[in-house]
Amino acid sequence: MSDIADRVKKIVVEHLGVDAEKVTDNANFIDDLGADSLDTVELVMAFEEEFNVEIPDDAAETIVTVGDAIKFLEKNAA
Amino acid sequence: MFDLSGRKALVTGATGGIGGAIARALHAQGATVAISGTRRAALDELAASLGERVHVVEANLADKDSVEALVPAAETAMDGLDILVNNAGITRDNLFMRMKDEEWDQVIAVNLTAAFRLSRAAVKNMMRRRYGRIVNIGSVVGSTGNPGQGNYAAAKAGLIGMTKALAAEVASRNITVNCVAPGFIESPMTDVLNDKQKEAILGTIPMSRLGKGDEIASAVVYLASNEAGYVTGHTLHANGGMAMF
Repeated sequence: MSDIADRVKKIVVEHLGVDAEKVTDNANFIDDLGADSLDTVELVMAFEEEFNVEIPDDAAETIVTVGDAIKFLEKNAA
Repeated sequence: MFDLSGRKALVTGATGGIGGAIARALHAQGATVAISGTRRAALDELAASLGERVHVVEANLADKDSVEALVPAAETAMDGLDILVNNAGITRDNLFMRMKDEEWDQVIAVNLTAAFRLSRAAVKNMMRRRYGRIVNIGSVVGSTGNPGQGNYAAAKAGLIGMTKALAAEVASRNITVNCVAPGFIESPMTDVLNDKQKEAILGTIPMSRLGKGDEIASAVVYLASNEAGYVTGHTLHANGGMAMF
């Protein structure tokens, strides 16, 4: 697992207060991890801070699973 | 009670009668205040009279870029923002049938759209910090209507709806969003009324007097305080009894 994936999963676990084993690549933030829509906004903000990137709104809307976030950040984070 | 020490507040339209009173009152309760307006000299004068814990941030709320820059500027100046008071407002009164598109657009832009953009910008960091107070300054005419003020009444009614929607969205993050709706207040906006108009207005106010800026400011202080933490989505009317809801 990449360093980025580890960091993403750590943020998700901390923010949503879910068990680490539930935070798989396929886990959907809302359907599987119990996030509400505001949580997803906050997760994006947390990713932006952790990886020092800007995630535009149209990109943020495509990030619905843990894997989506990892993929986006692997491509865009410095 | 209502101690705002350590809190950081941005007040728009701080050179106006009500805005100046709000800035003074928040400052008197211990808050650091960023005051915004279009008239630099008046802002500097207010800042000088308040002394410490004051930052001047100029903005033209009719201009999108200027609005977008305001919250970041206030956050940078004060190292954070806990309290946003969307106070700035303009009037472009006209009979409905004569109202120009520009008169409509200008009032909606400054009184409603700017409040939307500033709230959107401010709420982001308030969510991070799990604390925030947004107070929108509405008007009694947003609830009652007023001839000649179709644009102003629409904008102020819009603020009430926006307040409730945002309040519901961010309540779980310990952010409250409320309105204060002044009636007729002694200010440059009501100074332009002639004696006959004033007399007619006073006839509709059970208290038989115009309100004072300080009486609006103290309502804002309450809603901006820790003590008001369970009040959200509310419109607090301060109008001398001229309309009771």
